[in-house]
Amino acid sequence: MPTLWFILVAFMLTMYVLLDGFDLGAGIIHLVAARTDTERRFVLRAIGPVWDGNEVWLIAAGGTLFFTFPLLYASSFSGFYLPLIIVLWLLMARGVSIELRSRFSNVVWASFWDGMFFIGSALLAIFYGAALGNVIRGVPLNPQGYFFEALWTDFNPFSANPGTLDWYTILTGLLAFVALLAHGANFIAVKTEGALNERARRISRIGWLITIPLAVLASIATFFVQPQVYTSFAQRPWGIIFPLIAFVGLLGAGFFNFRKHDMAALLSSGTFILGMLTSAAFSLYPIVLPAVNRAYSLTINNASASQYGLAVGLIWWSVGIVLAAIYFIFTYRRFRGKVTAASSQEY
Amino acid sequence: MNTSTIFSRLQFAFTIGYHYLFPQFTMGLALLLVILKVLYLARKEERYNTAVHFWGKIFAITFVIGVVTGIPMEFQFGTNWALFSSYAGGIIGQTLAMEGAFAFFLESAFLGLFLFGEQAFGQKLHLFATIMVWLGTWASGAFIIASNAWMQHPVGYTVANGRLNISNWLEVMTNSWILPQYLHTMSGAVVTAAFMMTGLGAYYLLARRDIDYGRLFVTLGVIVGLIASVFQLYPSGDLEGTQVTKYQPTKLAAMEGLFQTESGAGIVILGQPDVPKGTIDNPIIVPSVLSFLTYRQWTAVVRGLNTFPADQRPDSIEMLYYSYHIMVGLGTIFIAIMGLALLLLWRRRLFQARWMLWILMLATPFPYIANTAGWFTTELGRQPWIVFGLMRTVHGSSPLLSTGNIIFTLLGFMGIYLLFGLLYVILVVFEALHGPGEQAAGATPEESGDLGLLGERG
Repeated sequence: MPTLWFILVAFMLTMYVLLDGFDLGAGIIHLVAARTDTERRFVLRAIGPVWDGNEVWLIAAGGTLFFTFPLLYASSFSGFYLPLIIVLWLLMARGVSIELRSRFSNVVWASFWDGMFFIGSALLAIFYGAALGNVIRGVPLNPQGYFFEALWTDFNPFSANPGTLDWYTILTGLLAFVALLAHGANFIAVKTEGALNERARRISRIGWLITIPLAVLASIATFFVQPQVYTSFAQRPWGIIFPLIAFVGLLGAGFFNFRKHDMAALLSSGTFILGMLTSAAFSLYPIVLPAVNRAYSLTINNASASQYGLAVGLIWWSVGIVLAAIYFIFTYRRFRGKVTAASSQEY
Repeated sequence: MNTSTIFSRLQFAFTIGYHYLFPQFTMGLALLLVILKVLYLARKEERYNTAVHFWGKIFAITFVIGVVTGIPMEFQFGTNWALFSSYAGGIIGQTLAMEGAFAFFLESAFLGLFLFGEQAFGQKLHLFATIMVWLGTWASGAFIIASNAWMQHPVGYTVANGRLNISNWLEVMTNSWILPQYLHTMSGAVVTAAFMMTGLGAYYLLARRDIDYGRLFVTLGVIVGLIASVFQLYPSGDLEGTQVTKYQPTKLAAMEGLFQTESGAGIVILGQPDVPKGTIDNPIIVPSVLSFLTYRQWTAVVRGLNTFPADQRPDSIEMLYYSYHIMVGLGTIFIAIMGLALLLLWRRRLFQARWMLWILMLATPFPYIANTAGWFTTELGRQPWIVFGLMRTVHGSSPLLSTGNIIFTLLGFMGIYLLFGLLYVILVVFEALHGPGEQAAGATPEESGDLGLLGERG
């Protein structure tokens, strides 16, 4: 049962990164890709109807983590106190920018929120990547399963007491930044026409080119910082499928970009992200938060809630997720197709 | 209580108190939007639909601030209350996660349809979307109340290895604390929205503009406002009181300012509590009423604070006492204002009675104070427990979190929320001054030339 919930929570977080990933990416590229007020509002119209729903995946994943693995929720959220609160501030600032930008026709007002939208999106992408890097690298858990980590310490690669940001987590942060940048550019390319579409495709290509070396570098580094990764792949060799998925996605993203097949490129960049996240989840399992002192690591067994709670949760959760899927299919179908001047006048 | 716990409490109180300023309006307004939409479809009068669009815009702005200030709430249990979270997460996480699964997804899908889908999908579906948005916001409220109710009155659990496990899901979901608190909270939200609608309508009438809409808003606001205000007192407030009397006698004694156990206890209407001396300064007390309200007997014994050991009493009795008295006092005034307004409306004099319109306009902010004071009452009254009777607040906070970090984030939240508050007021005042009358093209900036990185025109 804990294994099932490990998969389901990982699924929800992956859904979040895939979905909110493209609107974060849109925020990262919009200053460069969209030049005119009209174009910037096209970008907002492309993500406007969906960004809030995408973000609900994060809230729902947080809640699900809370009741399935209470100790992991408590330990990681309190340990990553400062970065997590900063993420919350960024999420707030970014959400407000999307919704408020077009409420007044004033160039200073609009530009302020454009800038805020960019900063929020860019830093969130980096923080998410760094967060995953931290979960892979491990944290100094005490015997009770708690820790506290500063935002950064001395950036010494061999530091015994690394902060949330160190060389490895900055690397994963940058990887997330370029991967989501390319993902978001693909999405904007799908949703737009003309000059905006062309620029988005060009940006996606640049993002893709930078993603390749960073992905290779980060993958190699991961084996050094977390020995469990090697153990997992050695014990369960079938797991190689996950890095392969990422590899195929990365290849596809480049291939379809050159072929100007934007939808396929978007699905490919999604596949890449999916492959990377599932690889990370697979390589840590059954650990959910590795400790510097291995004996104190949180695993799916010592961090999970009672059997009854997990079982009863599964019943209502299944109903909820089916409903959520229906709403999502409905919303995305309603807003499918290119954004045009005739689309909703909001944003 | 150590300083890090105190600042964590302060941060949670500040962020949740601020957050709740917005949902209380949207939850109430969602109901009023459904009423307006039904009126439009029943009477086919364009005015009602224009009112839906107008309040829909204000709803959208409020909803956005509500959503973004709500995001930190789901996470702050973990960041600042780690020991509580690992102790009780198996139960309280269930109700919180259900909010995400059943309410947030629904809201996010139907809000877009409500705001942008009317032309494309027609009136029937628009009514459906309006109803779904209403149900979504109220479902959200239900799960939050279920979570809070469990902290007030824990049920359906077993203790193992210093952690709580959920043992009976149905018992958690049918906790006797939920229904009274839910009814009381929701009707409080309706009071807020009704006063907002009435207040803006009164402003239009006083300013002699948008007269038709002014009358509509005042009429609807006063009728709904009176019903909801009365409902706050009875039955919902009374039901809540029964729960508190039965399960939280410490809260009851402290909020009523009852220091000594009495038979035929009187109710304190006014007065300042002097907690060290255990007295009320310059009190106005109506004899025997508290006994009657709590036990339905004029001579019943009500336990005072002296019955309970010091470490079982709430830790800020004065604040609790004032919160409760402000809530009840304002609630009573609301009934009086709305009752009088409805009387004038019935006698067809309200729209000419400028003095009454002034009162209605100036009364607008007070339901926010009453609702906030109500939450202060329920939460301060739960102290010193974070889970009533099971875990003390001081034992629930994050073990390794320094006060310096909490103050840093608290200050950050205060700064950001100040900015949000200013923006919100600007936007809502802009919409209100713009008025429902002329449905302008909206705030669509004219097509312009190239914008540089910082928005300079190219």
